[in-house]
Amino acid sequence: MIPAPFTYQRAGSVDEALSLAAEGGDDAKFLAGGHSLLPLMKLRLAVPEVLIDIGRLSELSYVREENGHIAVGALTTHHDVASSGLVGSELPLLAHAAGQVGDPQIRHRGTLGGSLVHSDPAGDLPAVILVLDATLVARGPAGRREIPAGEFFEGLFETALEPGELLTEIRIPRPAQAGWSFQKFTKRAIDWAIVGAAVQGDQVALVHMGSTPLRASAVEQALAGGAAPADAAAHAAEGTSPPEDINADREYREHLARVLVARGLAEARSRA
Amino acid sequence: MKVSMTVNGRTVDADVPDRTLLVHFLREVAGLTATNVGCDTTSCGACTVLLDGQSVKSCTVLAAQADGHQVTTVEGLANGDGEMHPVQRAFHLEHGLQCGFCTPGMVMATVSLLAENPRPTEEEVRTGLEGNLCRCTGYHNIVRAVLAAAEGGDI
Repeated sequence: MIPAPFTYQRAGSVDEALSLAAEGGDDAKFLAGGHSLLPLMKLRLAVPEVLIDIGRLSELSYVREENGHIAVGALTTHHDVASSGLVGSELPLLAHAAGQVGDPQIRHRGTLGGSLVHSDPAGDLPAVILVLDATLVARGPAGRREIPAGEFFEGLFETALEPGELLTEIRIPRPAQAGWSFQKFTKRAIDWAIVGAAVQGDQVALVHMGSTPLRASAVEQALAGGAAPADAAAHAAEGTSPPEDINADREYREHLARVLVARGLAEARSRA
Repeated sequence: MKVSMTVNGRTVDADVPDRTLLVHFLREVAGLTATNVGCDTTSCGACTVLLDGQSVKSCTVLAAQADGHQVTTVEGLANGDGEMHPVQRAFHLEHGLQCGFCTPGMVMATVSLLAENPRPTEEEVRTGLEGNLCRCTGYHNIVRAVLAAAEGGDI
């Protein structure tokens, strides 16, 4: 399989990428690591006429500490996020989850920003970014703006980014509570999560329990009200709308969510 | 578009369609057919090569993305005298293959794994090769081969 024909363009700077995107309009797409987009293009599920390769914009690949938060460039690969000493010490949940994406080859190419803008509800990192209360920084024709993670994921493959906007940075505050856990249930190692749960302190987010990553609000409220973790986890499926597919029906996903949140809360507390 | 990359130390230039995948560039333009196309969906790892020293699945990389970069395929591992690379030797000695289709990708994934983690545990070998499928061996001899290569050092 090869993708349908397209015109390849290479951006030498963020400004050039934005102007190429403005020229290309609806027919253009940014290409970062390409590990979500190229498979979709091979299957003709995406047929852009122009690909704007931003993969060489090394100014968007970094991890640094800034004014009390950790800033990660959108083009930082999963491998580089997972092996960053700074992420490992300050945001171990993100380091661990980045090291669980796909397989080593995929982690060498796939980028944090790419997995977020792809907005696949079965993706691991959108839920992690959501539970960590991150802020996403985008640049576009109208300038620069910041989008809270809670407002970024709008639906299956849809985000709050406007046409021509480029995600440039993910800002993550230091977590208030140290304990963390990432639970992912898959059939095979490299599969997407059938269901997953990301836990940081008393904050919980769910993978693949709706058309976007979701905060498990009922669990968080129960914990805030003093419920024991095992009791709070019983609320994990409340307010969710899990998809049904060949791997799992709704009832099974709801069951998995309760089990994985219970395990995640227990593990997070053991690390606190 | 015009693409130029260094493959196994040799410069390969060609004018190829923009949508050309790296694996097809390697097989059809560079003439290096050891790298196999297996699943073609970023799953099986048969097409694994090194891009600037890191393992990648070349069915999911455009030739244009590798333009100007260094690519190593299994043909580039043996030294000039034809002496096998330690990882190749370990797969040979431990019989880490049966039909051999996955082997070029397994060997390249192993070279990358050992570059990042020269002394992996058995579990680290198994998770480090999660991106490579073998339908013959049940993986046991492949894991033995990787551990033997690591034990021998000099990767």
